[in-house]
Amino acid sequence: MLPTPDTSHVPYERVYEPAEDSFLLLDTLSSSSETQFLHDTFSSSPALPFVVELGTGSGVVLAFITAHAKTLFGTSHILTAGIDMNAFACRATITTVKKAQADSLADSSTNEITHGMYLGSVMGDLAAPLRNRSVDVLVFNPPYVPTSEMPERPQTFTEDFSPKTTFDDDSYLLALSYAGGADGMETTDRLIDGLPEILSERGCAYVLLCAQNKPEVVKERIRAWGDGWRAETVGSSGKTAGWEKLQIVRIWRDSAP
Amino acid sequence: MKVLSLNFLTCAVKACKSSSSSYPLHPQDAELVQDEIELNPDMLINVLPRLDWTALRTTSSELGFPPLPEQAPTQEELRADEKVLKDLHHLLLETQISEGKLVCANCGHSYAVKEGIANFLLPSHLV
Repeated sequence: MLPTPDTSHVPYERVYEPAEDSFLLLDTLSSSSETQFLHDTFSSSPALPFVVELGTGSGVVLAFITAHAKTLFGTSHILTAGIDMNAFACRATITTVKKAQADSLADSSTNEITHGMYLGSVMGDLAAPLRNRSVDVLVFNPPYVPTSEMPERPQTFTEDFSPKTTFDDDSYLLALSYAGGADGMETTDRLIDGLPEILSERGCAYVLLCAQNKPEVVKERIRAWGDGWRAETVGSSGKTAGWEKLQIVRIWRDSAP
Repeated sequence: MKVLSLNFLTCAVKACKSSSSSYPLHPQDAELVQDEIELNPDMLINVLPRLDWTALRTTSSELGFPPLPEQAPTQEELRADEKVLKDLHHLLLETQISEGKLVCANCGHSYAVKEGIANFLLPSHLV
């Protein structure tokens, strides 16, 4: 078991607290089948992978990936970055990654650097701030809970870190982290539709879905794109009456043989 | 945010993505801070094929750094060139933009950077 990053500094009244979904992502990314896939895809490439997490929240997943780069990718030469709409989440993530990198250095028995290079976090809507086709590994724990309406996208909401947010402000920030609209898929659908523009030729995405998101329909839709697009469930938790409550779907393109 | 981020970031306005003038974004009134990081030549050599060298030269000169070679070195050349290795390490990995703005030359929109975090959320009329 790789250590879970410390998030004790995160203000949970306005930033999503790591929960079962976050931990499923950690378990899946560090499972032997996924580390094998990531090693095979990236460890011997001359160009290092660019790893981006959307909706970092506390930063627990991005910090885990950055701190354990060597174990997950077979190389510490990875670049990581985070995007979140919530300024507090961006700020929390910077600290979470910094702590996890320091812990990984302290745990290392040799002096070898085993963590990746974190470039920073920006506020943004999904992958909008990124150059097209630049992301090699995308990780997304979306707002997946079905809700009757979506919170409006932040507009006036600024980069100022006023410590005096109101209870309504905080509730709004938390709603952004979970409210998924119809089928819980309004945000995830926007992301999935954008994947061919976001991912590099060798890129893959890890997206978390819950049973109400109709994961089988989602995977079929991606496969129907053709062009070698694949979508498979690579991790799951919380079986309820034969239904996986949560699952991680890996989406990628089989390169031409 | 590390200067290397600017090689991956572009204007968030959809209509700007297809315009070459939306990349790279142009730092303005940038306050820089320096971290001390141990030089890792292998890492930089693996970063090299990911770089858009032309964009990096623009960013570097706009931030007031000494000019980079006109042509990107090959991985072998970089390995042998300690000066360029050190310059790149300093610019890309040790230097962070803590405050300022990033401006799109296509639409003119300016993205604020505060406490090292750039805000790419667009006002409603630009979404």
